[in-house]
Amino acid sequence: MHSPAAAHRPIALALRGLSKRFDRPAVDALDLTVYGGEFYALVGPNGAGKTTTLRMVAGLLRPDAGSITIDGIDALADSVAAKQITAWLSDEPMIYDKLTPFEYLEFVAGLWRIESKPAEARACELIGWLGLAPHAHERCEGFSRGMRQKVALAGALVHDPKLIILDEPLTGLDAGSARLVKNVLLERVRAGGTVIMTTHILEVAERMADRIGVIASGRLIAEGTLEELHRKTGKTAASLEDTFLTLVAEPAALPAAAE
Amino acid sequence: MSRPDTLTWLAGHELRLGWRDWVALMTAGHRNRARTVTVALIVFAAFMHVFAYWIVAGYADANVASDTATLVGVTGTLVLSWSLLLSQAMESVTRAFYARSDLDLILTSPVSARKVFAVRMSRIAAASVTIAVLLAAPFINVLAMRGGGRWLAAYGVVAAMGAVATAAALALTIALFRMVGAKRTRLIAQIVAAVIGAAFVIGLQVAAIFSSGSISRFAALQSDWMLAHAPDTGSAFWWPAHAVLGDLRALTAVVLLGFAVLGIAIAGFSRRFGEHALAAAGVSNTVVRQRRWRLAFRRRSAARVLRQKEWTLLARDPWLISQTLMQILYLLPPALLLWITFRDATGSYVVLIPVVVMAAGQLAGGLAWLSISGEDAPDLVASAPIAAGRILQAKIEAVIGMIALVFAPIVAVLAFDSLFAAVVAALGILTAAASATLIQICFRTQARRSQFRRRQTSSRIATFAEAFSSIAWAATSALAAAGTWIALGPALIAIGILAGVRMISPR
Repeated sequence: MHSPAAAHRPIALALRGLSKRFDRPAVDALDLTVYGGEFYALVGPNGAGKTTTLRMVAGLLRPDAGSITIDGIDALADSVAAKQITAWLSDEPMIYDKLTPFEYLEFVAGLWRIESKPAEARACELIGWLGLAPHAHERCEGFSRGMRQKVALAGALVHDPKLIILDEPLTGLDAGSARLVKNVLLERVRAGGTVIMTTHILEVAERMADRIGVIASGRLIAEGTLEELHRKTGKTAASLEDTFLTLVAEPAALPAAAE
Repeated sequence: MSRPDTLTWLAGHELRLGWRDWVALMTAGHRNRARTVTVALIVFAAFMHVFAYWIVAGYADANVASDTATLVGVTGTLVLSWSLLLSQAMESVTRAFYARSDLDLILTSPVSARKVFAVRMSRIAAASVTIAVLLAAPFINVLAMRGGGRWLAAYGVVAAMGAVATAAALALTIALFRMVGAKRTRLIAQIVAAVIGAAFVIGLQVAAIFSSGSISRFAALQSDWMLAHAPDTGSAFWWPAHAVLGDLRALTAVVLLGFAVLGIAIAGFSRRFGEHALAAAGVSNTVVRQRRWRLAFRRRSAARVLRQKEWTLLARDPWLISQTLMQILYLLPPALLLWITFRDATGSYVVLIPVVVMAAGQLAGGLAWLSISGEDAPDLVASAPIAAGRILQAKIEAVIGMIALVFAPIVAVLAFDSLFAAVVAALGILTAAASATLIQICFRTQARRSQFRRRQTSSRIATFAEAFSSIAWAATSALAAAGTWIALGPALIAIGILAGVRMISPR
């Protein structure tokens, strides 16, 4: 199910029958479609399979079954081409303590084989946007969590990815940093980029996402715009939190997401 | 169970944490390995007793009324052991200062922080004493079996040494805090600890080499000069030695003195411990500005970017440099001995080359772990549009590049005198380094670079394989430098080790 406006857009990400099992099934025959220029939020309870799904999309985990298509590229057959147009940002900013933000961005641009001149211009722009300019030549080892997350976000954007995959990017950020990160992501979407993000902060999903997918036990139990989700639960005046809790509590009683 | 907020209750808490930390260290976090580890420890203890028998059985007849030579020998051994204990204690004290795990909890609780830190320091002392006693046990047991129960008094001396070592470590570390501040103390304390641990052994060996051409530390201790300048046998200086030899009066004095020194240190430093621990906790928030930076990105390939990153991270981490280069420090005495022994003989390189090759293998193992397992941003690298094999290749190139940089001057000097020796050395260095790197690839894990100190515990098989492969390639190089085909023997052993590693590798 998807909104009519999204239907004519190109598909940025398509997951079909995606499965991954650890001790138990983490992701179970998941079908998901995200359209170009869309902000898609994936919500669900702890252990629902959100992070596992996104790690498979980012090429960090190999699925047991199913397919991943990013902008028409079979990501399992040609992972290098798929990675070239994607960016991954996890909740724990993984950066190098002994590098400065400027050096970190140069490193990332090198990994993505971006020409030095445009990469440098883009890096300077991002450093400015994210308020990192006064710290551009300080080593990251003394940075707060918020600043580290900003550096990691700059790294995710420096190669101008078509698809940005974020796992709880606002965890541990103060209000100012969170606002900044949200604005940068919305700016990316306005510029034609696609964002898929997991979050526990339902307000963020409610305010930012074009569509929301609710995942539980590795399956997509509901999907749609906020209004569509409300209609699905019959709680038209409720908040996303109420709707989410209803969906997660009674997934079997609801119509399938693909309907 | 004791009442909360009492010293015994806090000690019980510290004891439980200490025990779990030790078990995790021994089993590398895998609780199902407990039985294997127990068996390995029993085998190790049996081996140590055999080793101790070989080393000290001949000294079991030494008695209390000993001559100066015996007292010098015993005291020298005690000082040597104490320097190692001090090194270990400094490591523990530094780690305790900089571990902020429960600092906030302690300092915000209504429990007296001074009491908590006093217990914490006691835990460090208990760990030092236990380690000292465990390491000394095989030697004391063998001496007691061969020379009678009086040797058991040595346990008391060793315990007192552990106590004094902890007191000295506390004093030294706190002095460093006051002199150089919290930011630099960790690095300096760890380097000082490593140098203290190595300096006495290396110093004695170097002195012995120059005085008698022997690598034995006892040669220097038994020299005429040393015996002539030693205090009278009745001096209090020899109390620890007398106590080891079974003098109960000396033993009582040494034990009381040792634990009194520790008690005073704990009482005196427990307040400062909290202050410095707080200062250490704030170190991570300090800003390090790069003195020199570029204003433009450089055009480089992805592989070069990866190699450059590895070199930059290493160059900016003096602690890691000191930890990796420390392995080479221990190879200096044998190198010096070999040089002195064979400097006038033709073919002296036959004995110099294996030392260099061995050092290259050991150094490469450490660097390979840092580069391959110690990746601080694994997701970033793994999500980059580069084939996994190419990433690994770039990291291997970074390791081999660093080895080449360190050992190229040695090979160049060799080439001036003997091109053949230089070629053999270069091949040996590269082969040993490549083997150590291959072993690290086979046993690679995901870890933070800061966990480097514990890398050996994550895979003991990898550690032993790395050491044996380096030894085998060193032997190969020595025999190759001598121009004999027997060199193929140890080479085949080294290849066998690598094949074995590949077979049992979890990857």
